[in-house]
Amino acid sequence: MRARPSLAAAAALGALALTACGNGGQAEAGAGPTVTVFAAASLTEAFTEIGDRFEAEHEGVMVEFNFAGSSDLAAQITEGAPADVFASADEANMDKAVEAGAADSPTPFAANQLVIAVPEGNPEGVASLSDLTGLDFAACAEQVPCGAAAGAAIGAAGVDLTPVTYETDVKSTLQKLTLGEVDAALVYRTDAIAAESEVDAIAFPESAAALSVYPIAALEDAPEPDLAAEFTAYLLADDAQAVLREAGFQAPDQRA
Amino acid sequence: MTMNAISATRTRRRRRIPAALLVPAVIGLAFLILPLAGLLARTPWTELPARLAEPEMLAALRLSLITATAATALSLLFGVPIAWLLARGDFPGRSVLRALVTVPLVLPPVVGGVALLLVFGRNGIVGSWLYERFDITIPFSTTAVVLAMTFVSMPFLIVSVEGSLRGADLRFEEAAATLGAGRWTVFTHVTLPMVAPGVLAGAVLCWARALGEFGATITFAGNFPGRTQTMPLAVYLALQTDLEAAIVLSLILLAVSVIVLASLRDRWTATP
Repeated sequence: MRARPSLAAAAALGALALTACGNGGQAEAGAGPTVTVFAAASLTEAFTEIGDRFEAEHEGVMVEFNFAGSSDLAAQITEGAPADVFASADEANMDKAVEAGAADSPTPFAANQLVIAVPEGNPEGVASLSDLTGLDFAACAEQVPCGAAAGAAIGAAGVDLTPVTYETDVKSTLQKLTLGEVDAALVYRTDAIAAESEVDAIAFPESAAALSVYPIAALEDAPEPDLAAEFTAYLLADDAQAVLREAGFQAPDQRA
Repeated sequence: MTMNAISATRTRRRRRIPAALLVPAVIGLAFLILPLAGLLARTPWTELPARLAEPEMLAALRLSLITATAATALSLLFGVPIAWLLARGDFPGRSVLRALVTVPLVLPPVVGGVALLLVFGRNGIVGSWLYERFDITIPFSTTAVVLAMTFVSMPFLIVSVEGSLRGADLRFEEAAATLGAGRWTVFTHVTLPMVAPGVLAGAVLCWARALGEFGATITFAGNFPGRTQTMPLAVYLALQTDLEAAIVLSLILLAVSVIVLASLRDRWTATP
């Protein structure tokens, strides 16, 4: 019995130490400088890879990411969260940071296009947006970037389509499909590629009318302004752009 | 004792609150109330009338009130018998069952929503049968909202009613039985009136929890205006674009729930 409380205490201390490491890069004495990047959730896979490469090329520098919905990140930044770089999944949320004086002169670094995700093998034979008529499909709500894009694409197609559900983010939209609750889902190409073992992606021309452009900016109150500028520049260079292409992102200048 | 004497005793009693209770109570209250004050401080009051007139907002509020009430009714219908079984039943595995009943309290609601999909979804254990036999799909319907709310809120009712049943004096039930009342009559005429405050408290907790439900609803029922978009879902979506609008919507939900609960309390329970 004696050993138990101390074990529990040790575990608790361990957990505390872990959280401490995870949260504050600055707390790690002896380690090099840390650049803190707030990035949209859809960038998770690509940015993790780019962060590793950046660290490998910059001796002693650490990259820390905070991945979340762009609007959450914009709110955190305008409320004063200590971040060096902000990468948003849309221009509206970047504009919020700019208006609040937290960011200046954002640069587009990638674009993302909607596809129709269907179960592997495409059982319903979906080939275009109008094929969704009569099917149950999921899309994002218009308040979030992927939903604004879905609305624009449907509008461009000139078809009368109503999803069975307007999801709060692109991942839960895709989840409705992978759980088999809908026949199709309007998601970003990058999300469909990340789930390619389960879903097929059907490209459709109208999605060009609704390209989501991802801007990045070094932040005004960055604790590490030099590194912030360096990371932003690195992201626009060939190496990082190749990683983004691999994940399914397009070059930002393909905007229609 | 005259009325004056009674009120005098009351005031004297009221003064003698031990500091050991008062201090933590005040700190606790501040902790509970300050976040609300924070919301109130950021509220753009001039926007309130415009928001109140929005048809989507009214639809969400109406849906929230209807579904939360339906979920509470379902919880009463099934939860009170469960509580009775847990408090009075004598069978092996009762403590395991009691622990299982509280699972929805611990489960993150989003996971609860996925669990509901796995059972009632198009490919779920029950859902696939309903879909193939009767062409019924539960997800993305108002029924799904009620089911999600019932799943997360019924345990509150069960725990509350079971506590009351365990605290109730068994001798009254025994006396009624001795006098010839059947088991059902004893339950409806003796047990239920005795535990009524517990049932009411449980129903209030249940209703309030159902009203604020977000995670299981968005996962299991999705979000469609007028059909499955409850107030918490509308608030969350408003939060994506407009913090102030989200605050206004939350305050409307809070105000309506406080008014409903306060008026119920006055009508149904004798205030001490």
